[in-house]
Amino acid sequence: MRKPWIVALAALAPLYAQNIVIQNATIMTVTKGTVQGSVVIKDGKIAEVGEKVMMPLNATTIDAGGQYVIPGIIDCHSHIAVDGNVNEGSVSVSSMVNIKDVINPEDISIYRALAGGVTTANILHGSANPIGGQTIVLKMRWGKDAEGMIFEGALPGIKFALGENPKRPGNPQGGRGGTQTVPARYPATRMGVEDTIREALNQAKAYKAEWDDYAAKVARGEHPRPPRKDLKLEPLKEVLEGKRYVHAHCYREDEILMLLRVADDYGFKIRTLQHVLEGYKVAQEIAASGAGASTFSDWWAYKIEAFDAIPYNAALMQKKGIVVSLNSDDEELMRHLNTEAAKAMKYGGLSETDALAMVTINPARQLGIDSRVGSIEAGKDADLVIYDKYPLSDYAKVQKVLIDGRVYFDRDNDVSGRPAKTLEKQKLIDKEKQSQPKPTGGRRPVG
Amino acid sequence: MRKLVPALLLLCAWAIAENPRTLAIRNAKIVTVSGPVLNKGTVVVRNGLIEAVGENLAIPAGAWTIDGEGMTVYPGLIDSLSTVGIPSLAPAPAAAGRGGRGQTTPTPVTAAATAAAPVTPAKGPEDRPATTSWVLAANEIDPSDHRIESVRSAGFTTTVTFPARGIFGGQGSIIDLASTERAGEMVVVPAVGQYLAVSRGGGGFGGFGAGFPNALMGYIAYIRQVYLDAEHYKLLNEAYAHSPRGMERPPYDRALEGVLESKRILLPANRVVEMDRMLRFAAELKQPVILYGLREAYRPEAAPLLKKYGSPALVSMHWTEAPRDPDPEADRTMRSLENVDQGPAAPGLLQKAGVPFALYTDGLDQPRDLQRAVKKAIDAGLARQDAIRALTLSPAEIYGVADRLGSIEVGKIANLVVTKGDLFDDHTQIEMIFVDGKQYKPAPEPPAGGGRGATEEPGVSQ
Repeated sequence: MRKPWIVALAALAPLYAQNIVIQNATIMTVTKGTVQGSVVIKDGKIAEVGEKVMMPLNATTIDAGGQYVIPGIIDCHSHIAVDGNVNEGSVSVSSMVNIKDVINPEDISIYRALAGGVTTANILHGSANPIGGQTIVLKMRWGKDAEGMIFEGALPGIKFALGENPKRPGNPQGGRGGTQTVPARYPATRMGVEDTIREALNQAKAYKAEWDDYAAKVARGEHPRPPRKDLKLEPLKEVLEGKRYVHAHCYREDEILMLLRVADDYGFKIRTLQHVLEGYKVAQEIAASGAGASTFSDWWAYKIEAFDAIPYNAALMQKKGIVVSLNSDDEELMRHLNTEAAKAMKYGGLSETDALAMVTINPARQLGIDSRVGSIEAGKDADLVIYDKYPLSDYAKVQKVLIDGRVYFDRDNDVSGRPAKTLEKQKLIDKEKQSQPKPTGGRRPVG
Repeated sequence: MRKLVPALLLLCAWAIAENPRTLAIRNAKIVTVSGPVLNKGTVVVRNGLIEAVGENLAIPAGAWTIDGEGMTVYPGLIDSLSTVGIPSLAPAPAAAGRGGRGQTTPTPVTAAATAAAPVTPAKGPEDRPATTSWVLAANEIDPSDHRIESVRSAGFTTTVTFPARGIFGGQGSIIDLASTERAGEMVVVPAVGQYLAVSRGGGGFGGFGAGFPNALMGYIAYIRQVYLDAEHYKLLNEAYAHSPRGMERPPYDRALEGVLESKRILLPANRVVEMDRMLRFAAELKQPVILYGLREAYRPEAAPLLKKYGSPALVSMHWTEAPRDPDPEADRTMRSLENVDQGPAAPGLLQKAGVPFALYTDGLDQPRDLQRAVKKAIDAGLARQDAIRALTLSPAEIYGVADRLGSIEVGKIANLVVTKGDLFDDHTQIEMIFVDGKQYKPAPEPPAGGGRGATEEPGVSQ
């Protein structure tokens, strides 16, 4: 019995899911050592990694002779791809706002991050508020729409912020760099920051009790009227229930300990401490709390609370058993996180694998997506970066970036496409100039 | 007052003499929009309504007859998003700053805009910032708005006027641009939908004041909270109406009443990213939506998106213009160049794709500017009859009033434009305009150079 539709389907299959084999590469898997050989990609997932692999039917091959393959880089702290202000700085608790609502898939920073090997990024609200907005994990699927960028299944987060930024009285609009100041806003001290967080969590607890009571009544077969839904308290309720990660911007040791105590009091965990430049001073306490640390490689002294930072921070925290990642917090730095990782080898003497882990598997663990991404293992998403040279070197250039087994960045195509794009743009510029009305009666300067 | 009475008497005398109850325009080319063009036709108007239209019609006895030889009769144009009739919302003159503010750009909530409300910044969503959802444009119409005559002279007989201020501005009303002392006579439909605007926040402009919200995501969160509250409010009120005995009385909330009364919402979207965002948002809020702005509707993604969600579009005729005196060192993005080059192609492309759309003037109120703006869309691929439709029957359909406005059909309101030459041609003269069957002559053209600068972006202030 012939089944022509199966034949038709098989013929169509390559259009939807292309099988790719990357051959002859040095594959730095991060979790399973370094392998000379091939990576097989089927249906967007890594099917096999090894010296000798089974070639699937109809596979496209990429010859990566002399080149290196690493897992897609993950940035645990980024503000790209956000439409409008990244801070809802008008209120001390802005948990009602959500980065998910303002994803801008056309932000060119996405493409540039991709060209720097980043495949996944945690997009955070700014640090103008003790409790800031809701966060979202994106894959850098350049060309897709807003929904298509979202890392499906990744637990959402919320930004907390301690120290100088949230306590700035009369926070300038737009946070740092803003010029227009707005009326003074509580809090103005670190004590006030703690109070603001505790007060909001108290409200969230009461709110949760209200909804739990409602759910219990419904379960008993009663018909109670539902409580009012409050978008400010909804995400904080999720925090208390462990359904939303807290990513907390912090610098000083005292405020770090403060937040860990607050979380303890309210029975939730801080998922990551962000920046955490004095983390090395309280590494044991952080490790005991189970929080991850996402820090800078060697950036400090840009403000008072960043004066006690040292470039050994990442390595020291790692050695105390904290899951440490290195982040960018910046659209430019985001494009060379591989060299940020390399600095952890210089400062603190981490191994090549441990250093690379700080921009791949460790941020994946911090974001709860390590079963999907962060290393080159069979079954994981085929998010891969091909470098022409040793990736922890200044000389390495990204050649190709794959996400879900699809090539989203190809250096050769980018470079060869430039002249045509420049020409196209010049045409429009010329056309616009021609259609501009001639300036009439321009007054000549006298004297 | 003493001077006003004789003036009124004169006006009445003129009205009786010039506007008999029955009139007929004969031997004219009649562009009905809903049906075929009649090359030598007659329109009979009685009591402000179209009584008959066709070729070889008998003219009723006693009718005032206009010989339409060499003239063309069109349905009156409809401006599908306007503030005409609410003088306080007139755009600021261009001289006031870099590029005049378009009328659908949200007006900052200042003392001038809301005379009664104190200007304390909102401390959070509970303060209901920039919300006047209960306002009905029909209640704010001031027949002395000088723009009524100016826009009418450009062939517009009808505007869909919105109290376009703040985030929830209030509900729009369909207004016939008659000269009358009584605003109520101008109202065709009092409530057609809620006007919403957002801001990107930050920067030096300060959006709607220094309080909450101050970021695009804050605006979205705020609007979402209002709809959640409205749903909850409705639930409580229904329960209370059902059995008030023993139930705490839910407090009356005018903001939520206004939201619940609105049968549709208007949301701003210029970029494709914004169209996608706002269409998803409206679906989440379960509100029928009309998008306005649509600067990037020429892009191939736009029409399929609008079709997918079944949303009509109001396209601003204030086409993106090249920056004046740009910094020669500044790098223009490809997108900004494309917006200038291809913006006016949007209507033609939406038409081809079968997306219901209307054009709106977006603050252009000088006849010549309007004519040029429509011409740009025609030159960029919109068929002339489709341009006419986008300013007549299409907006009537979008707002659900095609049973009374938008075409020359028996029984519809007698809103007509009579021209010498084809509408939107360079040398066409508008001879007369009929609103509710009353005749008006176009006002004399002001001296050249009355144009206004482009809006930054409709509905989205920086």
